[in-house]
Amino acid sequence: MTRQFRISSGIGIGIVFILGIILFTCCKGGRKAPEVNLELDIRDKEAVIQDIKQAEKIFQALPSPLESAMLIKSAGARFEEKLLNPVSNVNKYVTNKSMALNLGIYTCDLSFASLYEQTQLLIDYMNAAKKMADGLGILKAIEQKDIDRLEENINNSEVIMDIVSQTFMNSNSYLEDNGQPATAAMVLTGGWIEGLYISTQLVDMNDFDGNKLVGRIIDQKLSVDILLRLLSGSKGTAAVDELMVEVEKLKNVFDKIRLDTSPVRPEYDPDSRSTVLKSETRTDMTPAVFLELSAVVKEIRNSFVI
Amino acid sequence: MKTLKNILLPVILLLFSGGFAGAQCKAFAKKECLPNLAGYTHDGNYHAAVLVEGEEAELYKTFYSDMNYRVSIVGDSKLPDIEFRVLDSNKNVLYTNKDKNYSSTWDFKLESSQQLKFLIKVPSATRSGQQPSSGCVAIMFGFRLKK
Repeated sequence: MTRQFRISSGIGIGIVFILGIILFTCCKGGRKAPEVNLELDIRDKEAVIQDIKQAEKIFQALPSPLESAMLIKSAGARFEEKLLNPVSNVNKYVTNKSMALNLGIYTCDLSFASLYEQTQLLIDYMNAAKKMADGLGILKAIEQKDIDRLEENINNSEVIMDIVSQTFMNSNSYLEDNGQPATAAMVLTGGWIEGLYISTQLVDMNDFDGNKLVGRIIDQKLSVDILLRLLSGSKGTAAVDELMVEVEKLKNVFDKIRLDTSPVRPEYDPDSRSTVLKSETRTDMTPAVFLELSAVVKEIRNSFVI
Repeated sequence: MKTLKNILLPVILLLFSGGFAGAQCKAFAKKECLPNLAGYTHDGNYHAAVLVEGEEAELYKTFYSDMNYRVSIVGDSKLPDIEFRVLDSNKNVLYTNKDKNYSSTWDFKLESSQQLKFLIKVPSATRSGQQPSSGCVAIMFGFRLKK
């Protein structure tokens, strides 16, 4: 009888534990959890529920490493291999955090190399990214067949971009779908910081005013809040909490940059069959603030690649 | 023992349904949403979730003035047509696909970089007493440089 009770209570505890996990995972992330004051009458409750009705799922979309690299190239920046994280560092990364950050970093570096047709570097960096993805246990994110296909199409930029985009999607979808949003957020953080690092390092201070690349860097002010919200979805994870402290430092510098936008006026353009979102932006970043931003980005990025 | 099985089986099914639904959504996104980006480079990001009729999702993203963009928002065939609206940072509605016969794609470009909000809604088409449908909704972005 006693033994039976022990077994039953063990099962009971197990069920309670499993149900606890279900309840915890159901209510985490972007899912709504409305809180209603029990003392309100029914009409008030309905009004409050309407007011606090939130989306069931909230996505915070950072620029992907491929998009970041494209923005750097479109600003007319040159390619500098010395700015990339050397592939020889690949064996240094053994923790989940360092592998996630450097999966993002190497994906940004390989995107950068691909856009500048640095074919051998591209393959080296794809292998480095594969090592990070494998280390994180991301199944089939980057397979040998992807690398073979890359080699076969080394002069076909469209196919290369398609492979880069697909392998990155394989990684982040695997992490999202397998309950690892913190790791997914860290991968995106690594890629975004690397893009910002490369951009800030490529700015020529003798050509600061009206520099297109500086404009692209100022635009990143729009994404720093997205990054913080993305990370705050996994708040409580030690590695994410550490990252949030670093990103807050970056936000403090971005807060010194002025970025005002006029109201947006959508207009349909029949020639391109697309909507043009018309608006004007006023921005202001002094060279001193830029140098401060550049130093903070460098410090954060170097702490990721050590 | 039978009681135990009756309790544990649904619990185990519930536990694994999240991951299974996720894997299904990835396959759905690749098959149904990604092809709509033809002519654009998919940015590589993945946004998909299982939504029930009547539910909403939001997406925040920065878009840059150098690029042409296409968004593709597709829902499972079990769901009614997906409605989406695009808002600027002042909550002004810039586009709604309701006016375009619930088109699943929208092409746009910007004169200056902006953070936009996408509000995605699965309309409720179920009559009272019926079980509301649920299914994957995928949101993907493609870009190409302005010529």
